[in-house]
Amino acid sequence: MYQKMLVPVDLAHVDKLEKAIQTAVDLALHYKAEICFLGVGVNTPSDVAHTPKEFEQKLSEFAKDCRTKFGVTATAIAHISHDPAVDLSKALVAKADELKADLIVMATHVPGIADHVFTSHGGYVASHSDLSVMLVR
Amino acid sequence: MGSEADTGIESPDGAANPIQTDYEIGQDNIQKEIGPFGLDVHNPVFLISGLAIVAFVFLTLAFQESVGPMFNDLRGWLTSTFDWFFLSVANVFVVLCLFLIVSPLGRVRLGGADATPDYSYSGWFAMLFAAGMGIGLMFYGVSEPISHFTSSFGGTAFGDDGMRTDWAPLGGAAGDADGAFDLGMAATIFHWGLHPWAIYATVALALALFSFNKGLPLTMRSVFYPIFGERVWGWTGHCIDILAVFATLFGLATSLGFGAEQANAGLNFLFDIPVSDGSKIFLIIAITGVALISVLAGLDAGVKRLSEINMVLAALLLLFVVLVGPTMDIIKGFFTSLVAYVEYLPALSNPVGRADTNFSQGWTSFYWAWWISWSPFVGMFIARVSRGRTVREFITCVLIIPSLVCILWMTAFGGTAVHMVTDGVTAIAEAGLPIKLFTMLEQMPLQAITSFLGIVLVIVFFVTSSDSGSLVIDTITAGGKVDAPVPQRVFWCTFEGLVAIALLLGGGLGSLQAMAVSTGFPFAIVLLLACYSIIQGLRTEPKAVGANSEATDSTK
Repeated sequence: MYQKMLVPVDLAHVDKLEKAIQTAVDLALHYKAEICFLGVGVNTPSDVAHTPKEFEQKLSEFAKDCRTKFGVTATAIAHISHDPAVDLSKALVAKADELKADLIVMATHVPGIADHVFTSHGGYVASHSDLSVMLVR
Repeated sequence: MGSEADTGIESPDGAANPIQTDYEIGQDNIQKEIGPFGLDVHNPVFLISGLAIVAFVFLTLAFQESVGPMFNDLRGWLTSTFDWFFLSVANVFVVLCLFLIVSPLGRVRLGGADATPDYSYSGWFAMLFAAGMGIGLMFYGVSEPISHFTSSFGGTAFGDDGMRTDWAPLGGAAGDADGAFDLGMAATIFHWGLHPWAIYATVALALALFSFNKGLPLTMRSVFYPIFGERVWGWTGHCIDILAVFATLFGLATSLGFGAEQANAGLNFLFDIPVSDGSKIFLIIAITGVALISVLAGLDAGVKRLSEINMVLAALLLLFVVLVGPTMDIIKGFFTSLVAYVEYLPALSNPVGRADTNFSQGWTSFYWAWWISWSPFVGMFIARVSRGRTVREFITCVLIIPSLVCILWMTAFGGTAVHMVTDGVTAIAEAGLPIKLFTMLEQMPLQAITSFLGIVLVIVFFVTSSDSGSLVIDTITAGGKVDAPVPQRVFWCTFEGLVAIALLLGGGLGSLQAMAVSTGFPFAIVLLLACYSIIQGLRTEPKAVGANSEATDSTK
């Protein structure tokens, strides 16, 4: 049913991604789909990487680990954004179309009061993407 | 490829030479949920700078009688006692920048030899210009040339103690209208030309270099790594960052407060809107509100777009004055003023043995302290949008082009206004600072449209300062992270508006502005050290540029 899944990952908080990644891997194995890990990085040095190049490298390593660990087909796409705190959600929606993915699996938090003021990334993607979106809480 | 093998750090695009440090960006940050909002701030920079700002506002409001004059005296004492220092430091920056343009070090590319620019020339230039001085040009573009022209024309005067009591630059030009015009324009351009932009360029270059090429976090402290080493991650660095936040927030809040007063005066002049605390507070809230929308829209959709709108509006206004005003005089004036600037530059920038103390201390030294106190903010912002440019390209665009634009602006607005004054339109000279521009536009056709354009420009320039300032403060207080949670930048933007309102209502805008300008002194000292850091940092970078780059292992 699905050929290509987009799985946004935040390398700064890999520990919080476990459930989403497990879900994505199970789905991928079930549907024989390909996983595409999307990381959004910045140009300035961050807690994840000092440079965009290093960011790309770390992301590919992450994908490689998943390939060997779970035996799924996984690729990595790094997107460098000028202001990810704001542009992240939009970038996810645009990238999903660009990569011709047919499902987005992403981790998000349980909505709270703050989500009425600042939409969560998952919430934004679910309401703005044409694709099927699975939010893992 | 560079030295990735021994640092474990992948080189930026192409060859570069990152600094080896165990410091991890964000290691001192506190990340937690406060109520419903996520937080990611540097400990202790965020807390201390926030609390110190609140404390200073309270102190100023509570002890206005004593604290206000104290800050003003401090500012006056610093700019008059250390005038030689401020003037020398600014000269050093200009020489450093000019040297870097011609030196082989100018071939280093920010972000690594193969990095590509983040922004197009127009977007980049619009942002650095709007952050750099936009608003000042609106207010001083007309008034400053008139002041210097008038004082030069008046010639020198001496007090009983033999000291000069006049405010004329250099020796003045008593009774000589043409000479006074040239000297007045030269003095104005001196304050808005190479020197201020060299200050910004130096700070911005240092930040960009140490962040994009050396892999250190984008905060003020990183610049001082070559000098203080690992200590920049401790209290030495905390102090530098706190001082930067302090200067930026007070600089922004006080100019927002004054800006509201000035915009109110302009609106009163144009539309008879009453001058009252109510209208000023409304203006501050409106400006902060638009700035909030802009920071929420992000760097590209908010700040960049507003800066571009600004640029177009300013260009329209400039074009209008050039075409409708005395076109030939302005074109001619541009070149004569440029020549006068070059001619008087050595004398005006001479730091010692000045006879014109009122001018060199009251104007020049004050301006330099002011630009320097703004430099962490403007420098950080320029650095953030300058990745992918070579040092040579960077300095040309941050130093030479803005200086030329300032000369054109000053000639078009100031020169035209001075000619109007000499032709007998005294209203301009008599008008208060905020409405000088509008009294000048009144002398031209289509006054209703141009004045409205003027007031819109003033307000949009304030918005662009406010939003880019919030981004900068947020980045510093998040330990150099540019992707800290959005509520944090909303906090700083709102905080700045609140400080402005508190100071406007309680009094103390002037004294806290004096304090913000006073921070120019410690910054002047640290920035002098930054010059050394820049040279040191650039020398360890591979100088090759582009596809043919030969990655060289440079030794430390």
